[in-house]
Amino acid sequence: MAGNPPLSLFGLAQRGMSAQLVRMNAAASNLANAGTVSASEETAYKPIRAVFAEDLDRASGLASVQVRGVVREKAAAVRQHSPDHPLADENGDVWVAPVDENAEMVEMLEASRQYQNLVEALSTAKQLMLDTMRMK
Amino acid sequence: MWDTYDMPDLFGINGKALELRSQRMGILASNIANAGTPGYKAKDIDFGAALKAASSGTDVSAAADRSTLYRTPVMPSLDGNTVELQNEQLAFSENAVGYATTLQFIRSRVDTVTRALKGD
Repeated sequence: MAGNPPLSLFGLAQRGMSAQLVRMNAAASNLANAGTVSASEETAYKPIRAVFAEDLDRASGLASVQVRGVVREKAAAVRQHSPDHPLADENGDVWVAPVDENAEMVEMLEASRQYQNLVEALSTAKQLMLDTMRMK
Repeated sequence: MWDTYDMPDLFGINGKALELRSQRMGILASNIANAGTPGYKAKDIDFGAALKAASSGTDVSAAADRSTLYRTPVMPSLDGNTVELQNEQLAFSENAVGYATTLQFIRSRVDTVTRALKGD
């Protein structure tokens, strides 16, 4: 990080928006895999979640966001009795991905609200910078 | 910044105020960017105190650093994040209006000097 130039408002907003996009992609992946079944509890899809952390730039005093990683949740797969399913095990059970569609929708809504807030703040800041530039 | 040159008080308090407004905008934007970061503590500059310190001779960025405080949340959240978006948006827009006003004062000062130089 030592060689990087100090963070500007644009860089800050860009990182924040990227982080929110990672979060939204994770929620979209979970939604896409909702209801998928698999043959065993281990191979069942587990919801993924982005983990955010603060990234303080000491040169400018601005705090941006970094995505520390994308982790899998420890939720247990749901067992469903379905003997006719081709993936069913010897007991006639399949394992359904433990995705809570409502929670994923809320997650997407929150991510998009925070993304919009950043865009709004950035456009205000940009307008003020332009006003300062055009001052004669 | 200006008082190191030949024109000590051309913009008066407004030069420092504009710099402080700009610094505060960065801090508030950081808060908005970290609205979803667990454990992030929202910060803000006490603008009045910072301006007082800056106009009594302290360096502007030092004055801003010294007047930067953590925000007290109205309702603390479980993940330790103290950003409350409505408050941050309100502070951001208040600061933007303050910035625009200060800029207008500076602009009219420049206009006055320009008119005096042209003599018409």
